[in-house]
Amino acid sequence: MKELGKRVLAGDIRAASRLIRNLEDQITDTYIAIQEIFKETGKSHVIGITGAPGAGKSTLTDELIQAYRSQGKTVGVLAVDPTSPFTGGALLGDRIRMLRHAEDPGVFVRSLATRGAMGGISKAVGEGIHVMDVLGKDRIIVETVGVGQQEVEIINHAHTVIVVLVPGMGDEIQALKAGLMEIADIFVINKADREGAGKLYKETMNMVQMSRDRAGVSKGWQIPVLLVESVMEPHKFAESVEKLRDKIEEHYQFLVDNDLISERMRRKTAAEIQEALWGAIMCPILNEMEASGEMKRMIDRCLLKDTDPYTLADEIALRYMKEGLAKDICADS
Amino acid sequence: MDDKVIRVLLAKIGLDSHDRGVRLLARNLKDSGVEVIYLGLYRTIEEVAQTAIQEDADFCGLSMHTGAHREAFPHLRDMLDSLGGEDIVIIGGGAIPEEDRRALVASGVAAAMFGPGANYNAIVEWIKTNAPARNS
Repeated sequence: MKELGKRVLAGDIRAASRLIRNLEDQITDTYIAIQEIFKETGKSHVIGITGAPGAGKSTLTDELIQAYRSQGKTVGVLAVDPTSPFTGGALLGDRIRMLRHAEDPGVFVRSLATRGAMGGISKAVGEGIHVMDVLGKDRIIVETVGVGQQEVEIINHAHTVIVVLVPGMGDEIQALKAGLMEIADIFVINKADREGAGKLYKETMNMVQMSRDRAGVSKGWQIPVLLVESVMEPHKFAESVEKLRDKIEEHYQFLVDNDLISERMRRKTAAEIQEALWGAIMCPILNEMEASGEMKRMIDRCLLKDTDPYTLADEIALRYMKEGLAKDICADS
Repeated sequence: MDDKVIRVLLAKIGLDSHDRGVRLLARNLKDSGVEVIYLGLYRTIEEVAQTAIQEDADFCGLSMHTGAHREAFPHLRDMLDSLGGEDIVIIGGGAIPEEDRRALVASGVAAAMFGPGANYNAIVEWIKTNAPARNS
């Protein structure tokens, strides 16, 4: 395992992908590799792209890669697609739109399945960003699954969040709702040639102007709304994505100039510590209770109304705080 | 809490748009708990090999109906080997004569070749049984 971290630091793509995979599979001891690389992280600018299924996130990502490559910047992409809730399988198809970069050593695309995570990304995305970061990628693009209203986990990982909207997804009330519409640093109205794009643009602009003093983390940033032309008009499309790239850069500079980066980094790190704590405390306890059959017995007792989950949780918490984990499980995790 | 998931890359290369079979296989694999990276149509061997490395695929599968299989599969093997993917298992299917399928397996280029009419469940089972062990 030690070797994997070193190989990643040396720029080995296969090792990087394997490390991400071991994290996805929650293989014991994988975190050693992250411990090895952690010091080298924090250099890349992380860009999140989110929006409804079919909004054009992958195609936009592909063109954005191109826009950055034309400036000589290297790009890492983490593309997330959903895991089947029934079989655990997944069909990862985001790459289909990005294949013109397949042979470019300056671009590393890795597809991830959500593996049951609910926030629009997968649990391994945080570490996946670290891995791309130590590989020296200047920009890391995280493409979320097609999201609805509530999947906003991306804000814990990206410096700049782009919300991609398309015409025909609902009336102006949608724009007032909490959740997805609040997290954008930049709005993209995609497929701008379609009917309703002008109306959507106006509505989004109205919403943006009303919420200038955002409770969020980009205080004082005027959220731009960009129209991106149809991919059927390649030149116009490329031109509007170059404008998007420049806006992304402007936003990052704004964060730096106004000392807002550190706030974002603190939030990202807090989320990461919580995640690590979950892995270090909850996972071994749950594993132990699963293996010993205690979990099954507790479920049975709750179903019989013999006790309730809260009383049980109190008991378990007290017990582990007093006794700690069984030795073999400790050594294992 | 080990939860090892098999990753399979599937693609079609060159001017070959007979993708019904490969799409059905992709779907069957997804429904069997496998993560499928599907590359779609008109790919090159180089794209497929690079992607297999970047995605850490266990299996790299080509579906071929063009008659170029005798060149394509060895080329893919060479590309994967040169990129450090010696352990990535090659499988194939499509309209490939039995003689050629046997030769590709016998020469060690591919681990398994599935012919016309192959049963999807059998392919999925084969993949699950033959997934390489991961030591690191």
